[in-house]
Amino acid sequence: MFELLRYDFFQNAILCTILIGVSCGLIGTYIVAKRMVFISGGITHASFGGLGLAYFLGLSPLFGAAVFALAAAFCILYLSDNKRFKEDSLIGIFWSAGMAIGVLFIYLTPGYAPNLLSYLFGNILTVTGEQVILSGVLCLAIILFFAKFYRPLFYVAFDKEYSRTHFVALNGLEVGITALIALCIVVCMKLAGIILVISYLTMPQAIAGMFYKNFTKQLVLSTIVSCGGSIIGLFASAALKLPSGATIVLCFLLIFIVCYVLRRRK
Amino acid sequence: MKEILELKDISAGYEQTTVLQGVNVAIREKDFIGIIGPNGGGKTTLLKVILGLIKPFSGKIVYHTSKQSLFGYLPQNSKFDARFPISVKEVVMSGLMSEKGIFRSYTKADRVKVEEILEKYGMGEYKNRSIGELSGGQMQRVFLCRAIISSPKILILDEPSTYVDSNFEIEFYSLLKELNERMSIVMVSHDLGTICSYVKTIACVNRGLHYHESNLITPEQLKLYNCPIELISHGTVPHRVLLNHDKSIEN
Repeated sequence: MFELLRYDFFQNAILCTILIGVSCGLIGTYIVAKRMVFISGGITHASFGGLGLAYFLGLSPLFGAAVFALAAAFCILYLSDNKRFKEDSLIGIFWSAGMAIGVLFIYLTPGYAPNLLSYLFGNILTVTGEQVILSGVLCLAIILFFAKFYRPLFYVAFDKEYSRTHFVALNGLEVGITALIALCIVVCMKLAGIILVISYLTMPQAIAGMFYKNFTKQLVLSTIVSCGGSIIGLFASAALKLPSGATIVLCFLLIFIVCYVLRRRK
Repeated sequence: MKEILELKDISAGYEQTTVLQGVNVAIREKDFIGIIGPNGGGKTTLLKVILGLIKPFSGKIVYHTSKQSLFGYLPQNSKFDARFPISVKEVVMSGLMSEKGIFRSYTKADRVKVEEILEKYGMGEYKNRSIGELSGGQMQRVFLCRAIISSPKILILDEPSTYVDSNFEIEFYSLLKELNERMSIVMVSHDLGTICSYVKTIACVNRGLHYHESNLITPEQLKLYNCPIELISHGTVPHRVLLNHDKSIEN
């Protein structure tokens, strides 16, 4: 199994897994604390529309997915903020409309679409050097954003109404974190696929939440679990010749169950 | 006294419903304004307009000072998730966001300040607890610390009598008196007895706003604004007993 490490494609996969692990560990902790898991599901599925459209137009599917994910994220957050629409209805609309657009454009594109399956279920082994760099840039942006704005981000997530009475630049902060959430989801799609992305943003955090009730400690532990679980899952998938995305998710599940049992026995 | 902010001909409400109309009021330094009025009369809406949480339909708010550390706010019901992973210490620290903005970092001196204020209000031993683990009264004490840690120019309290537990009540109102030496206080209350004992001026809110330059409530005011009265006792603190609502109106 370890001889795989000699190959470029596997080195890329490992590097990308670590970068995505860190990104999802940080972003996921924010999403879970702020109870935005369902919103993230909506953004993820909406991005499939962009993926299909880009495929039809002969553009990069990742680019199309990113545009749709960003648009969906901002629309859901801002339309639900002005209270004219209910947030869960908006999520439902973007979720299904995105998938419908995606399916339609893939149908309209002549020929077979082999790579699209990898976007639905993920395949980290096909990641290119360029995508590794992209994941690295995003990971760095997320780390810097959290390092600089950790407290305001955390305080606004806790009590937005109170924060608004302070007259600080909350809009800029929200635009920043919303964009990072959308882009993190798109990059993670390469690893886990649209259908499994949500597990990267929730399972390591649920595990960390079992041990700590402190946001900072949850951030650190979920990042460690996210990276560790992904690497173990990646090696397991290579050894057992199983799809990487699904194996990693099941690896998280196993860690979750073991931690739950250990905590119960204490 | 110098004016801190002024509401000029404010109309405000939610979506299509106007709750407040033609409201003019100024908040001056060291004011202690008690706001009374019937349910649905617009008391909380008025607070939210002052705090900048609701944009008025018309009229304007004139600030005669900088917006930094302008408000400390103690809501009636804080809208927060009790399972949010935040400690008591951090909740109080968030009260400093007004002076820190989003770019400046929090220092050791800030942490010391947080610990001191928690200690002062009897919450020192809970500083590392999660906010969701506290009782309702303890939570409100923490939120009071959050509201005053930045020494705001105006402290805004929405119905404090609904959440101040009886052990803390006497202490709470004498604390407000002490704070009033440093900051203006605007307090919404159903509890007219408390309003009378502590506030300097009264604003009756029932769609419009009627301002009284004293803390005496006359039968005419009660009749006009249909303000509810509860008879309350303050134990060892000197208190006044008001007539029943109906009787005072008849008188």
